Amino acid sequence: MAAVLSRVATFAIDGIDPRPVWVEVDVRAGLPTFRVVGMVGTAVRESRDRVRAAILNSGFEFPARRITANLAPASLPKVGPGFDAGLAVGLLAASGQLPAEGLERWAVFGELSLGGELRPCRGVLSAAEGARRSGLKGLIVPRERAREAALVEGLEVAAVRSLRDMADVLDGGALPELPEPVEPEDAASQASLDLSDVRGHALPLRALEIAAAGGHNLLMEGPPGSGKTMLARRLPTLLPPLTLDEALEVTRIHSAAGIHRHPGLARTRPFRGPHHTISASGLVGGGHVPAPGEASLAHHGVLFLDELSEFSRSSLEALRQPLEDGHVAIVRGQRALLFPTRFMLVAATNPCPCGFAGSDRACSCSDAELARHRRRLSGPLLDRLDLLMTVARPTAEELRSPAAVTSAVVRERVLAARERQQRRLRDCDARCNGQLDARLVRMHVRTDEAAQRALARAYDAGALSARGHDRVLRVASTIADLDGRDHVGLDDVMQSLALRLRIADSWEAAA
Amino acid sequence: MSGRGDSSRACAVCLRRSWLIARLAGAIELAWAARRPLPSVLALGDAELIAALGGERRDRLTDEWSRFDAAAARRRCSDRAVTAICRCDERYPAPLRELPDAPAVLHVLGDPERFVTLVERDCVAIVGARRGTPYGLEQARGLGRALAAAGVTVVSGMALGVDSAAHVGALDGGGTTLAVLAGGVERPYPSSKRQLHARIAAAGAVVSELPPGTAVRRWTFPARNRIIAALGRLTVVVEAGERSGSLITAALSLDLGRDVAAMPGLVTSPASAGTHALIVDGARLVRGAHDVLELLYGAAAGEEGTAAEGGRPERQGEGASAEAGAERLPADLTLLLERVGGGCDTVAALTADGTAVDGVLAGLAQLELRGLVRRAEGGRYVCRA
Repeated sequence: MAAVLSRVATFAIDGIDPRPVWVEVDVRAGLPTFRVVGMVGTAVRESRDRVRAAILNSGFEFPARRITANLAPASLPKVGPGFDAGLAVGLLAASGQLPAEGLERWAVFGELSLGGELRPCRGVLSAAEGARRSGLKGLIVPRERAREAALVEGLEVAAVRSLRDMADVLDGGALPELPEPVEPEDAASQASLDLSDVRGHALPLRALEIAAAGGHNLLMEGPPGSGKTMLARRLPTLLPPLTLDEALEVTRIHSAAGIHRHPGLARTRPFRGPHHTISASGLVGGGHVPAPGEASLAHHGVLFLDELSEFSRSSLEALRQPLEDGHVAIVRGQRALLFPTRFMLVAATNPCPCGFAGSDRACSCSDAELARHRRRLSGPLLDRLDLLMTVARPTAEELRSPAAVTSAVVRERVLAARERQQRRLRDCDARCNGQLDARLVRMHVRTDEAAQRALARAYDAGALSARGHDRVLRVASTIADLDGRDHVGLDDVMQSLALRLRIADSWEAAA
Repeated sequence: MSGRGDSSRACAVCLRRSWLIARLAGAIELAWAARRPLPSVLALGDAELIAALGGERRDRLTDEWSRFDAAAARRRCSDRAVTAICRCDERYPAPLRELPDAPAVLHVLGDPERFVTLVERDCVAIVGARRGTPYGLEQARGLGRALAAAGVTVVSGMALGVDSAAHVGALDGGGTTLAVLAGGVERPYPSSKRQLHARIAAAGAVVSELPPGTAVRRWTFPARNRIIAALGRLTVVVEAGERSGSLITAALSLDLGRDVAAMPGLVTSPASAGTHALIVDGARLVRGAHDVLELLYGAAAGEEGTAAEGGRPERQGEGASAEAGAERLPADLTLLLERVGGGCDTVAALTADGTAVDGVLAGLAQLELRGLVRRAEGGRYVCRA
């Protein structure tokens, strides 16, 4: 029997982008071997054993011949078990157990179990988008992930359970029906988080509302146990629901990172709270095989940095580009990968290392510790934080009082404010007040005379830096939006001033 | 001029005494740690000092002492732009002569002429906790500023907290301030106060009894305190805990027959426990610069003093508007200001009774812009001095 060659389309997930990969399988007479070439990682080399067992356990024949599989292009490093399906189908076609015609229309994507079942794997949404872009008719994916692939319009999705089902589809059999859409469970889990859990905290509630309405980055300061994390976790519930495009982006990133549990579209805004020991590449993405970092996993959601002063300087430095550009570029060899990073930054810090400076309990920090804490909190990141909110421990009386608001009520107000901003900012690329730079602030923030005078006075008195001036205007504009006005008045500026970050007061710095 | 210190008038005997104290600093530390009273050590003559503390090095010390090179000591001073003023110099501050263990030499960083005029003015020592509360720091700074503006010299130790705040205030108020250091005068201690050190040397003067290059030791702080106490006609303690070092300075002032005054805090505040105890013991209660001026010059002067304070030259605009603002302060802001002053000093406390957050935030910003309150750490607001 002459040598037979088959070609199967599948995808490698590079960062979060799909790269088309052709699995070529050559079966010819000779000593029985099974080799896989084409810059493959350990998991791919191991897939030989999985593919052999899966083929045999599905009732097919594993050819006792010389088999060479190539994953092209050979220049792209390939890792992970996602090539199992491609290798098995290619082998079946090359050994004459499947007609080759089906392979021209379908791409396959998935990991095999030894029993021949197709297991869910990461990056299905990206693979589906890749399949449509490559002009293929459809994509065969594990059933559990089929809804995710079906999010891509104009692509047929075959939701299969096993290698057998996959062979049937490629043989021209009827398409199995897509699984029923499931009520998103994470929507339910987020519903359990609500502002109605909060007692007291009048100032933080107001500050969170302003931050959510304008997309302002926020710094929380307060002693341990005062509720900083509890408040931050509820910020996503105040934000507008994800738009379809945003949801697709979130799903794509989370799916590629393997943390997307829901079978369909992501419905809730992500909340990521990495521990302060995280490395710079863990925070913004990177690694030998580039993977998205926490900043990207928080895309369209909230990135919460608790104990800001404990993060390494290099990690915080690395956050600058993502904060300024809305994406990070990671260069590996000849490729530059872009990871989107449009998140709201919420940072939290104790007022001092022991946490009790300025509170009713005595602070036990040494002067050196205090100085170090202050030094670590200074720096470029603070320039990106629009609001300072002080969190105090609620009093016993407040703990007994009824909830002040619910997330739904605040979200309504936030939505109205965001719509106003979008109307006002429709001609520029900023989507909310938090994204206005100095030039856009001058163009789009209209202040009345009293507000201007007050700002000028604050600036002259040294209470504001030039950057602080813009920040105060951004926040004041959001406060006006929440109140249903486009013009910024004196009261808006005053509230905004009270929420500004302290600048290193000259005498406190010297004293 | 201040570029190079002029130490030509310091006599060899005094310079040698100063050298000896620095040379024996380690031995004095041991004696002090063994609870030997500092004045009894520092009041000893040179030979007695060597005999008492020299130990096995006695002979070598006596030899070094007898071959002391005064010219080299003067050079060491002038190389660092330090002026040495010795006890035999008529520029030596008269109040220091009242000390039984008066320093032999004062090393001065800064223009010596200016130092002389600063000491000839009325001096007030302001001392207090190293870790003052925002309230204490604000009061110390306000006191320093108003006293300097009224032409009084503010003496303190450049320590963290209240001391430094008083210096900073005095610099704002015209610069009449003296920092007395526990180590060599050219070494900023604590080192984080390098900037403040330079500013005081440029506008006022930094002094120390120890020659340049001497490191601080534990006993040099109480020794420094006796100079602060002696220089001040009056010592004002702003915030001191129950066992604060500032109370030592206050006791030293009393021993010298100087007045001691204290600024009260909230009676519940541990940071003011020491000052309250002083007041109970009879120290004068000081509410602000006008009370200090009244203590110095009598009732009428206090009034003048407040007037001088109002016209602070460096912040004319702000001061004027703050006062105009105070006159026409709307009722709601007056109420807010009273509540802040009464201890309701965070937004959380001010809104605990259900008052709307927006109004409180806007009101606090108004008060801040009018210069009536200041934001402090922990989200607290302090009424400005």
